[in-house]
Amino acid sequence: MTHEEILKSLYEEVMVGNGPAVLELTNQGLADGLGPEPILFEALIPSLEEVGARFERGDYFVPEMLIAGRAMSGALDILRPLLAETGVETVGTFLMGTVKGDVHDIGKNLVNIMLEGAGFHVIDLGVQVSPEKFVAAIEEYKPDIVGMSAFLTTTMPMFKVNIHNITKAGLREQVIVLVGGAPVTREYADACGADGYAADAATAVRLAKKLIAGRRALAKV
Amino acid sequence: MHTVISSPNKTVTIGCDQPFCIIGERINPTGRKKFQEQLRAGDLSSVEIDVHAQIAGGATMLDVNMGAPFVDEPQMLANAIKLIQSITDLPLCIDSSVFEALEAGLAAYEGKALINSVTAEDERMAMIFPLVKKYGGAIIALPNDEFEIPDAPERRLELVDHIVRTATDKYGIPIEDIVIDPLAMPIGADSTMVVRTLETIEMIRQKYGLNTTLGASNVSFGMPDRHTLNSVFIPMAMQSGLTSAIMDSRTGQIVTAVRAADLMKGNDEWGANWIAAHRAKIAQAS
Repeated sequence: MTHEEILKSLYEEVMVGNGPAVLELTNQGLADGLGPEPILFEALIPSLEEVGARFERGDYFVPEMLIAGRAMSGALDILRPLLAETGVETVGTFLMGTVKGDVHDIGKNLVNIMLEGAGFHVIDLGVQVSPEKFVAAIEEYKPDIVGMSAFLTTTMPMFKVNIHNITKAGLREQVIVLVGGAPVTREYADACGADGYAADAATAVRLAKKLIAGRRALAKV
Repeated sequence: MHTVISSPNKTVTIGCDQPFCIIGERINPTGRKKFQEQLRAGDLSSVEIDVHAQIAGGATMLDVNMGAPFVDEPQMLANAIKLIQSITDLPLCIDSSVFEALEAGLAAYEGKALINSVTAEDERMAMIFPLVKKYGGAIIALPNDEFEIPDAPERRLELVDHIVRTATDKYGIPIEDIVIDPLAMPIGADSTMVVRTLETIEMIRQKYGLNTTLGASNVSFGMPDRHTLNSVFIPMAMQSGLTSAIMDSRTGQIVTAVRAADLMKGNDEWGANWIAAHRAKIAQAS
């Protein structure tokens, strides 16, 4: 297989969610002298981007998103340490979690997949994430963005509690806070002090990119 | 076992020897931006439209949920219940995760309501069971606690056991007034989840004979042709012992599948309901 063929196969196998094939092709590519960057930026990310686009259009469905995301995650586990060595700048680090009291995770997982597809480094804290855990994870991973998900009107108030705790820990200026979930609205996001809200996964990715670009531009001035 | 829910002029009996209880899910602002805006302005006109559409579709009971950001949920739930009871005799399922809203809803409701819901968390049970006792409703209980929604049917059964014992022994709630929601998860997120839900229903029926309900539309989330999936899932669950569902009662395909399953299960004697529904459809078409 030429490098070009490996990249093309990777693109196709992510698209159909063939995890074992994606792993094998990734290892084969690396052994063959193909760097982690072309594998990520010329095969995996474009493929998952296409999966996301199809999902947004209604051509792809939840199971297809999930298996494509899982296939990509396997390859990312191999590539991440290699990419860290090359010092390549990621699009951004995104810390994600479902708030305390809430165990819903499907929507959150879909957003994670779309973010990874857009090149974000996603750290998923899972469900039932307490304010303390959010704060500790921000200190540990220093993410650009913290995403909080809530599926219930009774757990949405945790956004405000979390943001309050992040502020109290002196970390609010360091991170962009995004919130989302079925019952959440833009007005609610504004009222609880978040920096942004997105109604669906694709919008979340666009918003995350825009806010990071804005912040980086500001930092350069 | 029979769970009896009532309004001043109508009684609905939930049980495995009864026609399946279709609880219309539509009076719920989640994911409906326009409805939410109306509620914030105190406008309940959408509720009226939804009530009529669900009755026309064949609902036997209506679920009422008024949970939306910046809405005074207790007040709005009480208002909605009064409005709905002025339009229809169908008994209601009062749906909120907010204690104060359940209390306001129950105070406003005339009759014996179905209350949606409590979990296996001790703190939640300590709040909600006294309310059930005070107003005399039946309670939907979910076998999850503050730590998990268990995947394994056996673990869900342990939580059901905890709920049943707490409700009956500690609060004196009649066992027939406990309806278990065995938790229906989207098939698109995990292809093995529906089988586990069916197993849970079966085990609840065998061990306790309790009535069961679930949010049926959840099963098809994220999949194409949701109506077909829903209309197959509910009859399958009925065969496992499901006796009611909070579901889309406006979609003929799903309601028809449920009524066909009633007939097959022997809960529609001589097919009288099935034939009557057929005639009604013909009369409407002509």
